[in-house]
Amino acid sequence: MKHLFPMLLIAACGAAQAETPRQVGDNYAAAQGGGFRATASRGADFFARKFNVSEKFPACVTCHTDNPAQPGRHAITGKDIKPLAPVANAERLTDPAKVEKWFKRNCKEVAGRECSAGEKADFIAFLSEAR
Amino acid sequence: MKRYVSLFAATLLASPALADRLPIPAGAPPAFKAECGSCHLAFPPALLSADDWRRVMAGLDKHYGDNASLDDKTRRQLEDFLMHNAGSSWKLGSGGGDPPRLTLTSRFQRKHREITPATWKDKRVGSAANCVACHPRAEAGSFSEHEITMPGGRRHERD
Repeated sequence: MKHLFPMLLIAACGAAQAETPRQVGDNYAAAQGGGFRATASRGADFFARKFNVSEKFPACVTCHTDNPAQPGRHAITGKDIKPLAPVANAERLTDPAKVEKWFKRNCKEVAGRECSAGEKADFIAFLSEAR
Repeated sequence: MKRYVSLFAATLLASPALADRLPIPAGAPPAFKAECGSCHLAFPPALLSADDWRRVMAGLDKHYGDNASLDDKTRRQLEDFLMHNAGSSWKLGSGGGDPPRLTLTSRFQRKHREITPATWKDKRVGSAANCVACHPRAEAGSFSEHEITMPGGRRHERD
């Protein structure tokens, strides 16, 4: 019984971290403000765009292939990358901290700049609809 | 008795089977797999010396063509873990370069001396850092020679 409180606390923390892709996307849309509505087609354009900022990573599709429901491959190390689309990988887009970490790293690497909250919301909408 | 103990110790040191088992040390912080095992295998810390790990961790913003920067707290935590579990420099040799590469240590080179240039260049390998291309159980820390499967299905044969 004396363990009940810590257990509830752990459960509550766990629940606070795990979100649905929809929630994660909605939070970015809200952060963009101005009644921003995420659009999957803009996310698709971003995914396919050739930024050509980085020699090894010119575009998202370089590592992730042009189908986000397929596994990808790291352009330098050759390591497999699990699919980005939740339909093929249920873990994706459920941990907001992890999502933000990879946006931060990969936007800087591939696009050469930070992505806006709206771009992130669009990207998540695109991944969520991918089949 | 003393002699037997040192003989036993010498046998252990010389045994290749032991060197083929490189599991992730107990007590690895969760950040190790998350931060060091996303873009490449979470390499066993024993594959680089403490000096070399320090140099790797000092230049994460230029990490072999990628920016792998970490927040200060995580960086320090991982550096401590790597230094604590590093291999000995006299056994491994230096990883050279800036930053050093575990694939350039003399131990790695010696262990892979039979690998032909064609195999290294094979698309399925892609990079010397892609351990699992030939060591299917590398994620579990197993690099046993018996398990080696070369791209194209050929097994490694000892000559």
